[in-house]
Order: sequence, then C-alpha cells, then structure tokens
Amino acid sequence: MSNIRQADASSPWRAPILFLVLALLFLAEGSFRNALFSGSWNTALAILNMGLISAVMALGVNMQWGYAGLFNAGVVGFLALGGLAPVLVSTAPVAGAWAAGGPRVVLALLVGLGTLVLAAQAWRRVPGLMRVPALVAVLGLGFVLYRWLFDPAVMAIEANNSASAGHIGGLGWPVLLSWPVGALFAAAAAWGVGKVALGLRSDYLAIATLGIGEIIVAVMRNEEWLSRGVKNVSGIPRPVPYELDLQSDPDFVARAAEWGLSPALASGIWVKLLYAGLFGAVLLVLILLAELALKSPWGRMMRAIRDNETAAEAMGKDVTRRHLQIFVIGSAVIGLAGAMMVTLDGLLSPNSFNPLRYTFLIWVMVIVGGSGNNWGAALGAILIWFLWIKAEVWGPELMRLLTGPLPAGALRDHLLGSAPHMRFIALGLVLLLVLRFAPRGLVPEK
Amino acid sequence: MDLLNALVAILNFVVIPAASYGAQLALGALGVTLIYGILRFSNFAHGDTMAFGAAMVILITWGLQALGIGLGPLPTALLALPFGIALSAVFILGTDRAVYRFYRRKRSAPIILVMASVGVMFIMNGLTRLIIGVDEIRFDDGARFVFTVRDFRDWTGLSEGLSLRVSQLITLVVTALACWGLFRFLNRSRAGKAMRAYSDNEDLALLSGIDPERVVRLTWLIATALAVTAGTLYGLDKSFKVFNYFQILLPIFAASIVGGLGNPLGAVAGGFIVAFSEVAVTYPWKKIATYLGFEPQGLLQLLSTEYKFAVSFVILIVVLLFRPTGLLRGKSV
Repeated sequence: MSNIRQADASSPWRAPILFLVLALLFLAEGSFRNALFSGSWNTALAILNMGLISAVMALGVNMQWGYAGLFNAGVVGFLALGGLAPVLVSTAPVAGAWAAGGPRVVLALLVGLGTLVLAAQAWRRVPGLMRVPALVAVLGLGFVLYRWLFDPAVMAIEANNSASAGHIGGLGWPVLLSWPVGALFAAAAAWGVGKVALGLRSDYLAIATLGIGEIIVAVMRNEEWLSRGVKNVSGIPRPVPYELDLQSDPDFVARAAEWGLSPALASGIWVKLLYAGLFGAVLLVLILLAELALKSPWGRMMRAIRDNETAAEAMGKDVTRRHLQIFVIGSAVIGLAGAMMVTLDGLLSPNSFNPLRYTFLIWVMVIVGGSGNNWGAALGAILIWFLWIKAEVWGPELMRLLTGPLPAGALRDHLLGSAPHMRFIALGLVLLLVLRFAPRGLVPEK
Repeated sequence: MDLLNALVAILNFVVIPAASYGAQLALGALGVTLIYGILRFSNFAHGDTMAFGAAMVILITWGLQALGIGLGPLPTALLALPFGIALSAVFILGTDRAVYRFYRRKRSAPIILVMASVGVMFIMNGLTRLIIGVDEIRFDDGARFVFTVRDFRDWTGLSEGLSLRVSQLITLVVTALACWGLFRFLNRSRAGKAMRAYSDNEDLALLSGIDPERVVRLTWLIATALAVTAGTLYGLDKSFKVFNYFQILLPIFAASIVGGLGNPLGAVAGGFIVAFSEVAVTYPWKKIATYLGFEPQGLLQLLSTEYKFAVSFVILIVVLLFRPTGLLRGKSV
C-alpha cells in the first residue's frame, strides 16, 4: 500500500469543484423533471439527508481504513447496534415491561458478562492441568445460570401486550441524547472484537468483523424483547417538528403561502431541511475533529503505523494498541450514524440491515471518495448514495435502451425485470476500477 | 430399546445432517484455504462463486430436463455439474486475469487483494441475481430418499425413525471422492507438488523453475471446481437462494481458520468441526434426554437455530484467542 500513498501534486481546486458538481446534481434532481431526475425537492432532500448520514458512516470507515488500514467487514453490525440506541433511550416506556422482567434481564446479562470475565480470569490464574476443566466449569455453570435467569424474564416481557409492544421499551429521554449512546454501544462491541482479532494477520479482523456484523443483526432480528425483531419498532421520537403539526400551525401556513408553496409540500421540505442542518452540523464537527486529530502528532503516528508497521514498531509505537484505539473510535462514529439513521427513519427495522447495502456500499463510498481524506470520504458517500438511489431509476431505463433491439419475449422481460440487480454489478465495477486505476480516489490524501 | 431409539434419533437429527452440511463446508473451506495458501489472501468472493456456479448448474439442469435427459434416481444436476464447473472456471480465470494478476505482480498488501475480492463478490452476486433471480429455487429431481422414516421403522420395529435423503448421500460420496482426488493430486502429481512447493516458499519455488502463473491458474481451477461442487450440493440439500451463499461465507472462513489457513487437511477437519458444533448446539435435545430416562423441563436447546452463525463465530474467536494458526498449524502471515 505504501507505494500508492506518496503525495503527488493534485490541484487544490479538485475537492471544491467536485463538491460543486455534487451540488449541481442535487439542484438538477430538485428542479428538472424528466427521465433522469424526479424534479421534486422532497426527493432531493431525502436523498441528501441519507447521503449526509452515509457520509458520517464513511468517515468512520475512513478512520479505520484510511488512517490505519483496518478492514472492517461488519459495518452493518455496528450501525445496527447504534440504531438500537434511539429505541432504548428515547422511545416511550412500555407500561409493565420493566416490572415484568426488566431487572431480571439486566441481571442475566450481567451474569453472562461476569461469566466471560471470570472465565478469562480462570484461564489466566488457574495453573497447569486444572486450567481447561476450570474454564469449562465456569462457562458451563455461567451459561446455565444465565439461561435460568434470562428465559423466564424474556417470556414475561414478550407476553406483555405483545400485539403493540412486547419489548422492554425505552426511557423516554430526548432522542438527540441517544446518538452518543449509539456511538458507545458500537464502541463497546468494537473493543471486544478488536481485542481478539487485532494484532493477528490483517484478514482475521475482516473475517471476525464479518461474523460480529451478522450476529448483531441476527440478535436484533430475533430478540423481540429488545428490538421487537421483525415486528419493527416505530414511533421513535423526532428532534424536529412533525409535518402534521406544522400544517395545522397558522403561522407556518401563512409563511408557506408567502413562498407560494402548499402547506403539505412546505412542511415536508422544512422538516427535511431541519434534518439536513442537524446532520450537516454533526458531519462538519466530525470532519473538523478528524482533521485536527490527523494533523496532530497522534495523526502523524497513525499514518506512520499504516505506512510501515515494522518501522513504527521499531520506533517504540504500540501498533496493536493504536489499532484498537482507532478501530473503536471509527466504530463509534459508525454507531453514531446508525442512531442518526434510525432517528431519521423514525423506525427500527432489523430486517433492513443488509450487509451488501450497509457494509460494502459504504466501503465503495470511501474508496471512491479517497481513502485517508475525510473530505473525500464525505464526498464519495454523498455522490455514491445519490447514484445508488438514481440507479434504481436509471438502470431500467438503460436496460430498456439496451434491450430495444431484442424481440419482445421472455428473455427481454427477464432482463428488464432483473435490471435493479445491475446496481450490484455497477458497484463492483466501480470499486474494482477505482481500486486499480485511481487507488487514491477522487480527492486524494494530501 | 430406549437407548437404541436415542441413538437412532441422534443419528437422524444430528449426525446425518451435520455430516452432509460439514461435507459442504469442507469443500468450500478447501477452496478458501487453497487460494489462501497460493495467492495469500482471504477470498470474500468464494461464497458468491458457489452461488454463481450453482446458478450455472441449475440453468444447465433445466436445459437437460427440457431435453429429457436425466440420471434416473439421481438428480440431473450431477450431470450438469461438470459443465457448470467449466463455465464458472472460465469466468473465475477471467477475473484473475482482469483483477488479481495486477495486484499479484505489484505485490500489493493482502488486504488490497481482499478489497478486490469484495469487488468481484459484488459483480458475481449481481450476475447471479441477474441470471437467475433472488427467489428460492429447488432443483433436486429424481428419487428423494434412499430410505424413509417409515421404511426404517418397518425394518427395525423401533419407534424412532431414520431417513437418508439422496442429496445427503450424494453429498457425502461426492465429497469423499473430491477429497480423495485432491489429496492424491497434491501429494502424488508433479503439478500438485509444484503447488505445495509454491505455497511453502514462493521464492524457492520460483528458483526451482516452477511457473507461478501456471500454479495460480491451477489453484483457481481447483478452487472453483470445489466451490461449484459445494454450491450445487448445498443447493440440492437445502434449496438455492443467493443470499444464503453470502451467509455461508462465515462458517466457511471459520472452518478454514480452525483447520489452519493454507492447510487442506485442516480445512476438511474444520468443516466438520464447525458443522457438528452448529447442529449440536442448535438441536433441541429434549427427545433424546427423554429416551435416556430424564424428564427435562425445557427443550434443552442451547441456542435457537437463528443463531447458528454465532456458533461458527465463537469457534473462530476461540481459535483466534488460543491458537491463531489453527488446529493443524496453517500459515500465520
């Protein structure tokens, strides 16, 4: 990798021009109505909002990959874990859920955690031949105790008003508070995985994170007491006003009329603008912090480690520890993005966490944007997200054009019907082409 | 009698399903481990190679069925398998030429190759979806059972039944043949020895006049053949669905790491270890405990089946913690 990192002169105008192109794309999406663009500001802003969140995810991945060369193949898991935070922190408490089994579940989880800690201690402290039996005994007893505590509590919680609730519910705190909590959740999981898989060969982290990603999503899908599983948690409170409230507010209606907009349209746009402001602010603060960190001695050390681990180690840097640090920080940022995404959707839908969409798409964003460059990662995220959404429209159009000469029949219908899958092929091609011909991305690292 | 019933139940619900699943994992893990040994990176596209190959096999099976060609009691897919392997091998050798060779020549870091394999994974995934769609497809024709639960009960007079599906028997037989062939090839033939030499020490192998490109091509060919076979057997056994092949990637990686990356024998062992633990942990043991004279309260299921991937993950973590090079010493770098 080191041989592609040499900074050669790239125009300082590159990033601003690319951001300008991006802005023009969004303007076109908002104002023209034709085969390519929708001409709806609501759509344009909706794409932008998710693009901004994707940019936060890409920042997190960029910290891991761009600063440290760590391959996290479980982005989706950290994202989902972050998304759990708004549910647990800010949804309204479920009546009777806590009384049904809350303390017992918490106790069970503590016992589970305690078992692992105790097992680690047993492994470290018990000498010689007794080691393995001691470990097995601790784990076995701990597991039985855990299940004995856990199962009845979960049954009780899930039985509690299972049609509309059936989960533990939240604390009813403000939703913005849940964002840092989401980051903490993801950071804790990252610490656990990183502790095990870092310091071994580089692929191991990729494989271990792939696993933890799948497991976290499986937990969200199946633990109904926690996330309602496939029944989804809806009604997550918003940090911005509701469209309906705005429409019934005479002041707002009057102001919308001044702009010549119907109240429905204006309220939709206004809410999305507020979200965009909120997400944009988070993104800018993160970029600022990341840039400051990267320019500090710490950032220089990280890049030194990335470019030559052996040399950095010889200079007395604790490579594994630094890797763990950056892995946890990056995952925390991903978790934050997950909390933001669930807040935007107002819905936690565990079934929607698809690794292709939420792990590997984010990777493409970072690689295309420019790994190692925060602005590049953000740019790549918004651009790729825009293209990903528009490919849903453009793909079938293109297919119709391509299959035009074919006779109408089963083959043509099949090709037209599967055109949405072209997105995956396009994405793979973009990744491979950028990796090969422009490995430093659209906005290269300085 | 009850003891016999318990044994039969274990055989029916644990040993046979785990053995055939383990065989499928072993074939997949063999491919991963070979690519790791020779090309020195973890191939994330392996699951989708299996899916792509299985999709090819399904298409050819449909063609053969339309022509009225079949294998009688055996699934037609077995006849289609060689063609599926050939088609997939052409595609995979193409990806090596277009993608991996560049990084190999540049001696890029392994993680860059892993990234490239993610790109290939995307393309293959998209192609498979484009060609065959995302729906569940069953393509097992011919006889379904070697013997059914009822047959077994009639023969033995036991209350517990035992069945053996054709797909399970085929999986075991084909895997045994493939392993036998592979190990014979690696240990006896000149090309196989060249592969092992290259895997052990690249520079030394080059000095002794081994053509690296030939070794790499051969590796891709063998890995693809194994992957397509594994994918087809998995599809025959459980039905074909594109997304399942992405998910099977984790158990396959776990199997190859457990056995020691780059160690073929370890990959086979790892496949069976992962499969047997997965099935044993997610099987409700209540029935067997009842036969043995206990009266359990719950189902005695350690983990619900949705968490079977957690089993491979835990195995992976345990191995990484205690023996990072695998049970049968694989490569560490």
